[in-house]
Amino acid sequence: MFDLYGYGPSILEGTLLTIELSLAALGISLLLGFIGALFKLSRSPFLEGLARLYTTIIRGIPDLVLMLIVFFGGQVFINRYAPLLGFNGYIDINPFIAGVLTIGFIFGAYMTETFRGAILAVPAGQLEAGFAYGLSRLQVFFRILLPQMIRHAIPGFGNNWLVLVKTTALVSIIGLDDMVRKAALAAGATRKPFTFYLVVALNYLAITSVSVYLLNWMEKRYSAGVIKA
Amino acid sequence: MDFSIIADSFGLYIQGLKTTLQLVFISLAIGLSMAVPLAVFRTSKNRLISGPVRAYVYFFRGTPLLVQMFIIYYGLGQFEIVRTSFLWVFLKEAYVCALLAFTLNTAAYTTEIIRGGIAGTPIGEIEAAKSVGMSRGLMFRRIILPGAFRRALPAYSNEVIFMLHGSSLASVITIIDITGAARIVNSRYYSPYEAFLTAAVFYMAITFTLVWLFKKLEHRWYAHLRPQEHSAAAAA
Repeated sequence: MFDLYGYGPSILEGTLLTIELSLAALGISLLLGFIGALFKLSRSPFLEGLARLYTTIIRGIPDLVLMLIVFFGGQVFINRYAPLLGFNGYIDINPFIAGVLTIGFIFGAYMTETFRGAILAVPAGQLEAGFAYGLSRLQVFFRILLPQMIRHAIPGFGNNWLVLVKTTALVSIIGLDDMVRKAALAAGATRKPFTFYLVVALNYLAITSVSVYLLNWMEKRYSAGVIKA
Repeated sequence: MDFSIIADSFGLYIQGLKTTLQLVFISLAIGLSMAVPLAVFRTSKNRLISGPVRAYVYFFRGTPLLVQMFIIYYGLGQFEIVRTSFLWVFLKEAYVCALLAFTLNTAAYTTEIIRGGIAGTPIGEIEAAKSVGMSRGLMFRRIILPGAFRRALPAYSNEVIFMLHGSSLASVITIIDITGAARIVNSRYYSPYEAFLTAAVFYMAITFTLVWLFKKLEHRWYAHLRPQEHSAAAAA
């Protein structure tokens, strides 16, 4: 369909990196989201305030600015304090790690909101019923809360994932060889920027389309037994 | 933190602030006015009308804004026709390209948001409009769209915030918005914290102002859903 002037494998490599980066960042964001949601619903005003500060700050600052703070700021931070720990010589921040951490950190905040809503959507009476039967807190969590909150969390989770995949395009700015940067390199060499960026755009569309298909399947699976109006 | 760096480059940030607000405001205004007719087309039963809108929305919501901007800024120059046309005077400008990308992007998201609002119209309202003999156009103007805007407001306020954050991408194609100012300051003084945290504070201030404005607007538009305050006083 497209003549890629031999840059096809390079773009494919970049696509794989985009997918790896997205999945790694998703893992971190899920972890942070769970912790954040538990903090937000905790009885301690300190933990609740901490989680609220986290989500407010993330929603107030653009992803790109956060990424530049982590990438450039982290570089300065490490090189200022590493010598104190006995490291000498210049340390370069790995853009993959900077990207995964920043994107995971950003989407942890969005996941926090999603999970908080999902936990609240499970009727409290069911949890109480669990305790009344003598289940432990862990048993109530794994047998009653988790299976049901997943169903409520899937739509929000899906949205967050789709936005996350698109956000990974920003790592090309801090020099990571994802598919956008591979396309930029190919475009520079062949003077065919439109072709390469369009191919990358179609790759993103493919990733998001497959995701939407899987998410619909998951939603159906976890909604088993729910009566539709 | 070295505050003298921030003080010295404050003028640059203010200039960046103007550019950011300009980009965001213009693209939102054009995007919204495109989105209303597009959303109406999108709900059409005729596939020839709804199909192209669906494809447009699918493309712009499914790909990163950065890539869209690159396609427009770097990509369009690939074609001889574009380079020789009168449009090239505008399209070679980074500012115009950023504005075009942002507008097309926000128009796509807003179309989907308004479509959701239209789809949420209670069937009874439409039946009532039909039974008093309203034409399709009148029904849209008086019944469907006002309700759709009201239902779309919370989602649209999110879109405005996303657009504000997305506008920071303009700095990648040489535009000096708030982020662009920060990148200049960082390269000039090699002090990333001062440079980018200042930018972050600017963005946070705009975000919270916008959130506050939308809260006020919601308060007005949802007035009919609030419990009436004066009834208690009247009863007493």
